[in-house]
Amino acid sequence: MIPLEWYLGLSAALFCTGIYGVLSRRNAISILMGIELMLNAGNINLVAFGRFLQPDVLTGHIFAVFVITVAAAEAAVGLAIVISVYRNVAHINIDEINVMKW
Amino acid sequence: MPLTLQQLAFALISLVVIGSAVLVVTLRNIFHSVLFLALSFLGVAGVYLLLAADFLAAAQVLIYIGAIIVLMMFALMLTHRVMTANVIQTVGHPWLALAVAGAMLVILFGLFVFYPWDTGALPDAAPTTGIIGRQLLTRYVLPFELASIVLLVAMIGAIVLAKEDKPDDPA
Repeated sequence: MIPLEWYLGLSAALFCTGIYGVLSRRNAISILMGIELMLNAGNINLVAFGRFLQPDVLTGHIFAVFVITVAAAEAAVGLAIVISVYRNVAHINIDEINVMKW
Repeated sequence: MPLTLQQLAFALISLVVIGSAVLVVTLRNIFHSVLFLALSFLGVAGVYLLLAADFLAAAQVLIYIGAIIVLMMFALMLTHRVMTANVIQTVGHPWLALAVAGAMLVILFGLFVFYPWDTGALPDAAPTTGIIGRQLLTRYVLPFELASIVLLVAMIGAIVLAKEDKPDDPA
């Protein structure tokens, strides 16, 4: 049997990798990839806790399904914004986009 | 303590997940990052299988690898000039980001390592799809319908945002 702590450790490591990606990258698509990694880490936690603490109700699974739904919506809108920004300023470097910071 | 077969599988899958996730956030070529992100998602689907979540593993492969990765590749192709390997991809202070992520890792591990988790013996793995479907249409029917509205709004929003507005367009 795999202990619960192993899953929590994997999820924590994945989450922090995602944080590093979000904070260190300047490309907007890379930042979205970091966010997806963090959402996956959260999903692992939800399913692991559901399996270990409430194995017959599956609340964790259903929550994870909704997280996946919202992640898909977020990726679609985020990438549409990225394409729109690229069309206006011809790059997608987050640290150089400061039109709204006058 | 000898590892059981399940634990060995978990170790291998975690290695794939974390290794490819680290490559995702460090590689200079964004296209390679997206490919490794797909590998990482596949590993997470394997973790779901170890957790007896068969429906979620299938949904992970279908939605994340089938839809989100393809969407990201499309966005990369449309913003093609940022994809070349020689562009600097990190902000000016990546060490600060590393420090924040490391501190977060220490905090998270400190939170769960010392907590006395009360986990008994696990029941055998059973098919979950039927239970999830029944729950979604009875107890969670309102969030389920809300999720469909969220998806519809996101779809319309993505189309509106990504649409090219030409100056002589009447609309």
